[in-house]
Amino acid sequence: MTTIAIENPDTHSGISNAKLGVWLFLASEVMLFATLFTTYIVLRMGSATWPWGWDALNVPLGTLNTVILISSSVTIVMAYARAHAKDLGGFRLWMMTTILLSFAFLVVKGFEYYGEFSKGIWPSTSVFYATYFTMTGLHGIHILCGIVVNVGLLIMSFNKESWEHPLFLGRVEGAGLYWHFVDVVWIFLFPALYLL
Amino acid sequence: MSQESHGHGHHELSFWERYVFSVDHKVIGLQYLITSFLFLLFGFGLMMLMRWQLAFPGQPIPFFGHLFSPELAPNGVMSGEFYNSLGAMHGTIMVFLGVVPLGVGAYGNYLLPLQIGAPDMAFPRMNMMSYWLYLPGGILMLSSFLMPGGAAQSGWTSYPPLSIINPGQTVWLLSMVILITSSLLGSINFLVTSINMRAPGMTLGRLPAFCWAQIVTAVLLLLAFPPLEAASVLQLMDRVFHTSFYMPAGLVILGKTYAGSGGGQPLLWQHLFWFLAHPEVYVLVLPPMGIVSEIIANNTRKPLHGYKTLVGSMVAIGIMSFLVWAHHMFLSGMSPVLGNFFLVTTMIISVPSVAILTCLIFSLKGGSIRYNVPMLFALAFLPLFGIGGLTGLPLGLTVTDIYLHDTYYVIGHFHFVVVTGSIIALMGGVYYWFPKWYGRKMNDTLGLIHFWGSVVSMFGIFFPMLIMGLAGASRRLYDPTAQLHNLIVQPLNVVSTCFAYSLALFQLPFIYNFFHSMWAGEKTEENPWQATTLEWACPSPPPHGNFVKTPRVYRGPYEYTPHGRKADFWPQHEAN
Repeated sequence: MTTIAIENPDTHSGISNAKLGVWLFLASEVMLFATLFTTYIVLRMGSATWPWGWDALNVPLGTLNTVILISSSVTIVMAYARAHAKDLGGFRLWMMTTILLSFAFLVVKGFEYYGEFSKGIWPSTSVFYATYFTMTGLHGIHILCGIVVNVGLLIMSFNKESWEHPLFLGRVEGAGLYWHFVDVVWIFLFPALYLL
Repeated sequence: MSQESHGHGHHELSFWERYVFSVDHKVIGLQYLITSFLFLLFGFGLMMLMRWQLAFPGQPIPFFGHLFSPELAPNGVMSGEFYNSLGAMHGTIMVFLGVVPLGVGAYGNYLLPLQIGAPDMAFPRMNMMSYWLYLPGGILMLSSFLMPGGAAQSGWTSYPPLSIINPGQTVWLLSMVILITSSLLGSINFLVTSINMRAPGMTLGRLPAFCWAQIVTAVLLLLAFPPLEAASVLQLMDRVFHTSFYMPAGLVILGKTYAGSGGGQPLLWQHLFWFLAHPEVYVLVLPPMGIVSEIIANNTRKPLHGYKTLVGSMVAIGIMSFLVWAHHMFLSGMSPVLGNFFLVTTMIISVPSVAILTCLIFSLKGGSIRYNVPMLFALAFLPLFGIGGLTGLPLGLTVTDIYLHDTYYVIGHFHFVVVTGSIIALMGGVYYWFPKWYGRKMNDTLGLIHFWGSVVSMFGIFFPMLIMGLAGASRRLYDPTAQLHNLIVQPLNVVSTCFAYSLALFQLPFIYNFFHSMWAGEKTEENPWQATTLEWACPSPPPHGNFVKTPRVYRGPYEYTPHGRKADFWPQHEAN
């Protein structure tokens, strides 16, 4: 059952409901991660010692993940551009690349966690590691949600009706906005935890 | 327009689609209404048990005492742990499962789309999901009573380190995460709906005050709840993965040093919690203010006094509410400079609150008031909420707060705000909009009994608390007679308890009236109160898709007794 609202492009603000909804959702997400960063700052300021990222974490793997995630932000824009141009093959190709890159991110993250666990490092080891595991863990869950959305869009593109649906492009745009947000969070997380 | 055609016949909705997993905002609103009233009743029941212990400490609870397991109530006498669980769960249930879902989920869902002239919410399925997260989240919260160790015992504020050591907290946190997710979905939906889906001609300046209250509330929920979600996740990590976000180093519990790594900060939780929970207070109060504005404008038969001031004050409250949170923490050892900052912001936020109340009181001036049941509730709101607000000022001033902070005065203050303020208005709203929901009127005589009984009982419960607090009675005692200076005011505890039971008694006519009128109430026409706002422009109850034809809006929401017209009201959708 579709809804009346979504089919009515004639909205008061001129922005579609879905897009406005995604932006509002991102506003709440900003508050969520802002709280975590505040926690990070407060705990760090209150601690006598705070390990340097190079000593405590695997910076090369973190850097690799940064590259992977930034690339995936580019590829999802390409997917959107292809969808805009009504190029089904191109859309699928770029969307597939985005999904593969995001899986690659999670695999690398998994290796990183594995490395830490095998050294006997757990979230309970210290406040630094607690912050590290919680923030990257929540970010990882966001990546996972993004993958679910992107895979969903990829599957939808195999259905002619959904691909030609006037709202399809808006959905890709919404997914892209979310994906960029997840990327931006990482761009703050990476220096905060690994480099500073 | 496919949904409308669905509603009108192509495909008959099954029972499940129509009443259980409905995507219709009106059904979801009523689901929220009934569920949140049930939670309110449950939370009130918990409180009645606590009130027994406070009035008659050490005496077995009559009738119910032996129903509880011996760990909770040995020989029918409430144990301290059980008392703590009841207190924590009472607060949690009333705030997060009762008043907020009632004011926002029920009233907002049902009325916001109608008042702006929209066929439904912007995301009907998300709306359904929001309810179906709220209900399991609430049931999970209640189920914690049955878990080993019992329900959460650390107050509704869940301050660490207690909350990390005490049993029951994990379920509380999980349930909070679910409830917060539900409210986020709701607030996004409300905002998109009111930004995008207003009927033609419904400019922002023509929105009823109730809609503005809902919009500001939605912004607060959207931006204030995620910090608590994050804070809850951190506390969950502390409990489940033994991290130390909130646990300082070298903490000694019962003679043993805490095993965690330490290095965390208990005060961090307090800041994060109140960063949500102060805006939350306005979430509890703004929708009822909206309801009162609607009822007052309608029953004084004149335009609301200072509509722009009213709306501007609501927005100002919304913004300011993010800057006052630490006035709950004056006694946590914060720097006096910081304390002064929050003192000043607290005094500033009282200005728009007073402005709203003043607008509503001035609206009465020169009106030909109809004293019907909803109007009585709205009128009672004004002075009683006023007491709640004014008793808050001494708590916002650091000097007086030192004396009052840990006393019953605080309990008295915020119950005046939330019970005689919010809940009174929310009950009045039921009488006002019942004709719209069911096409029938509630019985007036029963309504009057409910009104007078409730108002007097509520006052009788909470006013003694203010006196006890000024006499120095601590609000954290399981047995108030444990401190000698409390013995002088102990009779007031008995008074308060008796009124609590009479309040319960006076809810019976309301419950009977509600369900009886649903089927057998006097039938009413579309617009029984002769109101101007759009929800009265569609049939009662409104069909799926609400309006037969999308209404067009020509004027502001409160055109009562306009010049040169025979009728004393001029609906927003009537061209001339």
